[in-house]
Amino acid sequence: MQHPYSRRQFIRGSAVVGGSLALSSYFPAWAQPVSAGITTPLPTVSGNDITLRIARQTMMIDGRSSPAIGINGTVPAPLIRLREGQNVRLNVVNDLAEDSSIHWHGLLVPPQFDGVPGVSFPGIKGRSSYLYEFPVRQNGTYWYHSHSGLQEQLGHYGPIVIDPAGEDPVKYDREHVIVLSDHSQISPEGIFRRMKVDPGHFNFQRQTLAGLLAGRDQTQKERFDWGKMRMDPTDVSDATGPAYTYLVNGHGPFDNWTALFTPGQRVRLRVINASAMTTFNVRIPGLRLTIVQADGQNVMPVEVEEFQIGVAETYDAIVTPMEDKAFTLVGEAVDRSGMARATLAPRAGMAAEVPPLRKRPIATMKDMGMGDMSMGGMQGMDMSGGAMRGVDLTAEKNPSAKLASTAMAAGAAAMPGMDHGAMPMDHSGMTADGGAMAGVDHGTMPAQSGSMPGMDHGSMDMGSMDMGSMKMRDFSKAPQVKKGPGVQTISPMPMDRTGEPGQGLEDVGHKVLTYRDLMALERNPDVRAPSRSIDIHLTGNMERFMWSFDGEKMSDVHEPIPFIEGERVRVNLINDSMMGHPIHIHGHFFELVTGHGDRAPRKHTVIVQPGGKVTWDFTADAVGDWAFHCHLLYHMHAGMMRVVSVRPKGEAA
Amino acid sequence: MIRLAAALAATTALAALVAAPAQGQSMQGMPGMSMPMPAKKPAPKKPTATKKFPAKKAAPAKRSSTRTSATKPGDQSMSDMPGMSATPAQPAMTGMDHGAMTMPAAPAQSGTMEGMDHGSMPGMQSQTGASSMPGMDMPAGQAGHDMSAMSGMAQTGTNLPAGTAPAPQPPIDHYAEKLFPAHDMAAARRDMMREQGGQTNYQVMFNLAEFQARKGRDGYRWDGEAWIGGDINRLWLKSEGEGAFRQGVEAAEIQALYSRAIGPYFNLQGGVRHDFKPGRPTTYATVGFEGLAPYWFEVEGALFLSDKGDLLGRLEGYYDQRITQRVVLQPRVEFNLAAQDVRETRTGAGLSSAELGLRLRYEITRQFAPYIGVSYSAKTGQTARYARADGEDPTVTSFVAGVRLWF
Repeated sequence: MQHPYSRRQFIRGSAVVGGSLALSSYFPAWAQPVSAGITTPLPTVSGNDITLRIARQTMMIDGRSSPAIGINGTVPAPLIRLREGQNVRLNVVNDLAEDSSIHWHGLLVPPQFDGVPGVSFPGIKGRSSYLYEFPVRQNGTYWYHSHSGLQEQLGHYGPIVIDPAGEDPVKYDREHVIVLSDHSQISPEGIFRRMKVDPGHFNFQRQTLAGLLAGRDQTQKERFDWGKMRMDPTDVSDATGPAYTYLVNGHGPFDNWTALFTPGQRVRLRVINASAMTTFNVRIPGLRLTIVQADGQNVMPVEVEEFQIGVAETYDAIVTPMEDKAFTLVGEAVDRSGMARATLAPRAGMAAEVPPLRKRPIATMKDMGMGDMSMGGMQGMDMSGGAMRGVDLTAEKNPSAKLASTAMAAGAAAMPGMDHGAMPMDHSGMTADGGAMAGVDHGTMPAQSGSMPGMDHGSMDMGSMDMGSMKMRDFSKAPQVKKGPGVQTISPMPMDRTGEPGQGLEDVGHKVLTYRDLMALERNPDVRAPSRSIDIHLTGNMERFMWSFDGEKMSDVHEPIPFIEGERVRVNLINDSMMGHPIHIHGHFFELVTGHGDRAPRKHTVIVQPGGKVTWDFTADAVGDWAFHCHLLYHMHAGMMRVVSVRPKGEAA
Repeated sequence: MIRLAAALAATTALAALVAAPAQGQSMQGMPGMSMPMPAKKPAPKKPTATKKFPAKKAAPAKRSSTRTSATKPGDQSMSDMPGMSATPAQPAMTGMDHGAMTMPAAPAQSGTMEGMDHGSMPGMQSQTGASSMPGMDMPAGQAGHDMSAMSGMAQTGTNLPAGTAPAPQPPIDHYAEKLFPAHDMAAARRDMMREQGGQTNYQVMFNLAEFQARKGRDGYRWDGEAWIGGDINRLWLKSEGEGAFRQGVEAAEIQALYSRAIGPYFNLQGGVRHDFKPGRPTTYATVGFEGLAPYWFEVEGALFLSDKGDLLGRLEGYYDQRITQRVVLQPRVEFNLAAQDVRETRTGAGLSSAELGLRLRYEITRQFAPYIGVSYSAKTGQTARYARADGEDPTVTSFVAGVRLWF
């Protein structure tokens, strides 16, 4: 493992003088601080009266100081621990020179306490305070964050845990809150501007001529076809590892934040993705994860080995480590340009093998909403899954890539994660380690096929399909979308991808959670049929970094999306872009339409996969104006937001 | 006059050629891909939404059955569902529903659905064979879960089809103004809207800023642009020029343009160009385009009408070939056209000059990339004759070293 890296370093070092200017030139390997592990849990606040003070501060990440905005002196902000049924008063003091706010993500609160400046209240002016006061009507894992400007990127986020009023249906002996996030040395405004003026600015895993000659990635023909469409299949994330350090509870991968357990304990991990821009693929090699809660709502336990968590989603997982040894929690960025890393260990100061970053995904025609191309005569189009195509030594990831251990002898624990992505292995004589592969549980493979619609289309008669007339920007497919420079593509054939595990996880060789695996533990509170349905198109232009709903940015649109109090509506989110979008509605939960009837999983945020489609039903039961947006911070900032209005019957219009 | 027309035609044709793909990208000619076109929009709404579904009756039975098997939802039996055992068919149905494909395979699907109780499923009744099947997506996600209560489950909650009630009118008030002063909310709303998509951005970029080593006298050259504005409307400044050391600037121009996004990739630009050199200062009215053509070619073209009535044209294009993540080879071409001889600036009608360049840069950062390369420029036709008459070589080959930078 060390070899590819040091070679890359050498190449970069020799090719350029003045590499200190390089975006990715962090500390050299020898200067990286190696922490014995930080076991300190997040500071906690609780009770009926809580004071939160927002202020600028610095934070230490992997031994390096970084500017931040924190609350009560910490990043992430303190854990707010509440009990279902209590009333809480949260006095939020804004010590910043600018406006700020706090949105309680996933909490059902009166509209004036939802915390979106310009929608629910005027905001909290600099050097002033605002009193939030509401009854706690729910339990579960949630979080809170700024809804002002780009403050969230700087650390203005924290976890909320609400204990149930009665008995918790989830049994566990110990719990840990895992707040995943991304942090940059570049100012959030700088990140936004770079993406705006220089498409693909942070993507250092693009396809190259060297790659073509080495037989990596797409073939010449495919590159030609994609070039014709002006689409970059490596454009998976806008902001990537070279710009970010991925954090667990505010700590970098080298800090090695450590969660303690006693062997045999059922450990509840409350995983929150508080990132600005990063979708994480979370796994703990060697441990199975039993998902018991999603977005604060209990679900029927589902056993997986990995799950994808979109920005603003939460998942609670139970793990039961039996051995007296350390395990690595890996939160791999969806584009595999870096990872958040923590350790689960029986004692402080332990560390486990860190699996290498897997091969980055390459978008397929399906990701452009062109339907499923991965079958009958379509070989070669779906490039995401292919194995053994070598590694781009010039591709750049963040320093977390260095954590992958050289000697993978310990194999079994780490191997399951390696199978497909871990290309570097093949260059360092890994064949000798075949023995370690025995530890991989192939028994999970059949389960996967059940959750992969792409594999089950045998009954489709592709012969009758006519590709010739497929257009990538045919507005007749989406009449409601406003034509304009902000709409690069319209998905000709958006697919329901809720049965898929998420971009880049199609063939990782083990069971990955899909939305369809989720089923509510309790019957849904409202099981009426929706009285109507609406389509909302997720639109954008990656070349101009414009993002919108139905082709219109928040800055263009004054009219809200209207609902009548109490009505039940089906919402179809259609992704007309080649990027996944975590879509969040304030003030409400929705039930995913994934075939589970009155046991539909209830969520506040859902990823709509590239070129995909997600349908949910919801009951508009909270009168007021509510924000509705993509939770990728810079997508929202670019305009991917709307106001949703709920009004009593007869009062509207 | 003929030459004027020819030049005009050439320029506009090229402009049209480049601009057209921006409007609608066709996938034609992508072999290996054949996809169904949705023959029509699916009829997503079925008249339903009456309250007499037996949902509530069926629910308790279902609940108990799911409870008992809650721990392993992945392994649950579907044996109680006659005709539904064909699990693989289910994801396929999902695909069908959402793509609204007309599928020859569908009759087989409906066959497997026979075991279902259609009696109380509105939306399924009228479905036959190969039509689009809005009602079919309901059981799609059942794969892997308990199907024993299928007929009950299919008719409750999210498995129900949506009705066709009309959408309400959007309210004209702002709810928060009931609770907060209207002017405070108005100000906050204005900020919020500007913050989500209404920002002003800018960029200053020099694609070329280079030293040119050539036979005789070494020179320098620049080609840069700057813009400020929102997503659609921007103010652009462009400048390019060249000179020789100890002889001063030979050519220098600046353009001030209003730029408007007219498609996902292209901007239409119009404004003025002022040439300080060669010859006497000249001002032109200009209209042109700038953008990203298929296959990732950065292109721009413009027509210039001088204050003396002379018409010129220019086409430029370059391509960034990424060799590694930071090493980029940029072939670049520039053609200058004229509709007539302009003796003063020693410009001949037709294609007056062309430049072919090949530059290899290393992106120390995306914003700062030193390069080396070679540039070949040739004056042609009458322009070349002017040059020869002036004792100049109409073709110049330069080895160049410079930096591409933006901020």
